[in-house]
Amino acid sequence: MNTKERIAARLTEALSPQALDVVDESHLHKGHAGARPGGETHYRIRITAAAFAGLSRLEMHRRINALLADELSGGVHALAIEAKAA
Amino acid sequence: MSDIHSFIDGEIKANDVVLFMKGTPAFPQCGFSGQVVQILDYLGVDYKGVNVLADAELRQGIKEFSNWPTIPQLYVKGEFVGGCDIVREMFQAGELQGFLSEKGVPVAQQA
Repeated sequence: MNTKERIAARLTEALSPQALDVVDESHLHKGHAGARPGGETHYRIRITAAAFAGLSRLEMHRRINALLADELSGGVHALAIEAKAA
Repeated sequence: MSDIHSFIDGEIKANDVVLFMKGTPAFPQCGFSGQVVQILDYLGVDYKGVNVLADAELRQGIKEFSNWPTIPQLYVKGEFVGGCDIVREMFQAGELQGFLSEKGVPVAQQA
């Protein structure tokens, strides 16, 4: 599995989202800080999940960051998050 | 508390609005930090930018302090507000101005 697939699998398993889109935007940051030759550094997540009901934006983001902690301490340099409760 | 956590704690207590960012408000060195600078400048908020690239210990320390893995990070009156996405969503929803006013932070632009 590549990083994008791992991110999607982790979020799907933990949150059973109604909608999930993981976009690898690494190519947009080529040559910028944090970019690496192999890519897989910058991601955008669009997620809608019933599991987020009642959570603040901060809590939704914290939940996602915690689930992806291994990726974020590894090669993933930037994570843009658009999270909504279903 | 470690030295760097004490430093961060001091910054967010001494300044009403603090943006931990890559680069400076005049020269942001990351697009995400730059977006938050633009929003704060647009609203005419008086804030302090702290450049985490100036100090590796600070760059790591702020992530631990906030339990937040990415930069930028915005603090208002000692409270962690969020990163770029949250600040932008609050701004676009028109919530950020109200939030700042509620906290007693002067906002020039009522967009």
